[in-house]
Amino acid sequence: MWKYLLRRGLYALFTVWVISILAFAIIQLPPGDYVTDLIDDLRAQAGNVPPEWEERMRQIYGFDDPFIVQYYKWMRNIVLKGQFGYSFFYKRDAGEMIVERLPMSFALSLFSTLFVWIVALPIGFYSAVRRYSIVDYAASFMGFFGMAIPNFLLALIVLFITYKYMGAAVLGLFSDKFVDAPWSWAKFVDLLKHVWVPMVIIGIGSTAGLIRTMRANLLDELNKPYVETARAKGLSEWRLLIKYPLRHALNPFVSTLGWMLPGLVSGEVIVSMVLNLPTSGPVLYTSLVRQDQYVAAGFILMLSTLTVIGTFISDLLLAWVDPRIRLQ
Amino acid sequence: MEDLAMINHDQAVTDEESLKLEVASQWKLMWWKFRKHKLAMISGAMVIAFYVVALFCEFLAPNVPTTYLDIYATAPPQPVSLFYEGKWMPHVKGLTYERDPISLRKTWIVDESITVPIGFFVRGDPYKMWGFIPLDLHLFGSKHPGDPFYLMGADMIGRDVFSRLIYSSRVSLTVGLVGMVISLSIGILLGGVSGLVGGALDNIIQRIIEILMSIPTLPVWLALAAVVPIDWPALRVYFMISIILSLISWTGMARVVRSKFLALREEDFVMAAMLDGCGKTRLILRHMLPSFLSHIIASITLWIPGLILGETALSFLGLGLRPPVVSWGVMLQDTQKVAVIARYPWLLAPGGAVFLIVLTLNFLGDGLRDAADPY
Repeated sequence: MWKYLLRRGLYALFTVWVISILAFAIIQLPPGDYVTDLIDDLRAQAGNVPPEWEERMRQIYGFDDPFIVQYYKWMRNIVLKGQFGYSFFYKRDAGEMIVERLPMSFALSLFSTLFVWIVALPIGFYSAVRRYSIVDYAASFMGFFGMAIPNFLLALIVLFITYKYMGAAVLGLFSDKFVDAPWSWAKFVDLLKHVWVPMVIIGIGSTAGLIRTMRANLLDELNKPYVETARAKGLSEWRLLIKYPLRHALNPFVSTLGWMLPGLVSGEVIVSMVLNLPTSGPVLYTSLVRQDQYVAAGFILMLSTLTVIGTFISDLLLAWVDPRIRLQ
Repeated sequence: MEDLAMINHDQAVTDEESLKLEVASQWKLMWWKFRKHKLAMISGAMVIAFYVVALFCEFLAPNVPTTYLDIYATAPPQPVSLFYEGKWMPHVKGLTYERDPISLRKTWIVDESITVPIGFFVRGDPYKMWGFIPLDLHLFGSKHPGDPFYLMGADMIGRDVFSRLIYSSRVSLTVGLVGMVISLSIGILLGGVSGLVGGALDNIIQRIIEILMSIPTLPVWLALAAVVPIDWPALRVYFMISIILSLISWTGMARVVRSKFLALREEDFVMAAMLDGCGKTRLILRHMLPSFLSHIIASITLWIPGLILGETALSFLGLGLRPPVVSWGVMLQDTQKVAVIARYPWLLAPGGAVFLIVLTLNFLGDGLRDAADPY
């Protein structure tokens, strides 16, 4: 058991490390860097700028160093000091921005995951037990609907409907008076009032897949001899279902968390941009367009870490749910 | 006696049927099984229709996507009436607008006095079919070029949304295909190596796949798309975007291929072929590939929607394809502001197209997957 956990833990760390290299490499790809932008701006305002300035600025920022050196400095600061660098565009500490935005992304992804589970579990269960019933058909229709509609389009449609029929579009995660307020119970309640819209929009795409997985798994279990035996022994149908096949079918529920999370985080990024939520999405977008490299790399790294942690948690849960894994 | 004859007759029918089943080829069995799946059949027909539209978009669209009439900017969709004063004459009514003196906002009014006759095979905007055959024939359109005919309304600068929608299908539907070919090549290669060779190499490839799968795709797509230089020509951007989309999505394909190879390795017929002294290449191409090709095709069908959605999302955010290229995502860029959607909801039409193609591809893929294993 401990060996299994240790192995998964080390593996998660390794994954984060590889992702950090990828993230840093990607943001280094575009030609030019922030100094190029800055000098262009200066030229536009002040005319000629001596080339030595440009050189000097590159030296100060360390943009001329080889990739390895830049990566090493970046990583060292994150690991040892928890510093993510400086945002050239927002003129503030990149780490601060991540601390401000990432928990919101985390919360939204968590809420969406819960939504997916809460919806998919009973519907999947019911669809399998009462196959070809109205609920079964309705569930697969809903599922396909959620899968086929791009989540940003769904967000747009929700905006449109709320704007047209309720007078105000559902933007943001808080009411106006709570946006800058410090955290309090009232603010939390306000968050709950707003969070369901993005939660449903982000979650609905993954719900379909999970309902189908749940249904297929349960159907497989329902035909097994042990179910027949239990039934023959006179166990009530309900008790029988809950006690044996359901537990079996729950297994993939937990294990799919790993691949569901990246999708949810992706959805969160784009839906946040449309709905203007105070999460990572809008900032990540701006930083990518503006070549604000430390912010962009930091966000990509942390968002990916979020999903890696999610996968790790799903490994833990899986070991808890399925004794066979614990014995490995 | 009669009953007995009936039974014998039934027996004969089932015998005949089972004989037919026994001698049928694998693909024939699949087709029979697929045919039973009504929804998948209809979806298949629709998917084909979509691609036919994409192939002949120049001819099918009433206008060229760049044609604009600025007086008709933001004109609403015009409903088509089939009869005029009791006679067969498909037409739409003309449009005029009044400007609110304060907000300067246009209010469109249907002008009953003007009728715009529409017809089939009309001469209109000149275009180049597939980029090289100069023509000006359109399947349908207003009989007099320049008359307003906006089946799905006009966009912010007075271009026909319907025509642009049709033209967009070419880019939006093929960006997924190009991406698919790339994903498929990487996926089959690495998945095949992983499944056939096994051992340490398999382990390494599986770890790489797991790492790639744990990265949320959209942020990485955004990051990569932001790298594409602004001054690149449209065609290069198009290929770049499809490469970017496929860079991450090959992982799923590799997994499918690997699991198929692993399962097939244990099969008797593969063992028999190996014992017969069949070479590796022949073993893969002649014996293994045909038996999982159907699964690959089903997977592809379920995979393309993801790429279409990816392109739409990227272009919508302004990081994917850019004007003058028209794709559904590019068209949706106009709808980023809620005030725009509220006033001109018909600009969301490309979203409907995306929805429809993703839905039908999913149904088709489901049917194919069920039919892929007909035994």
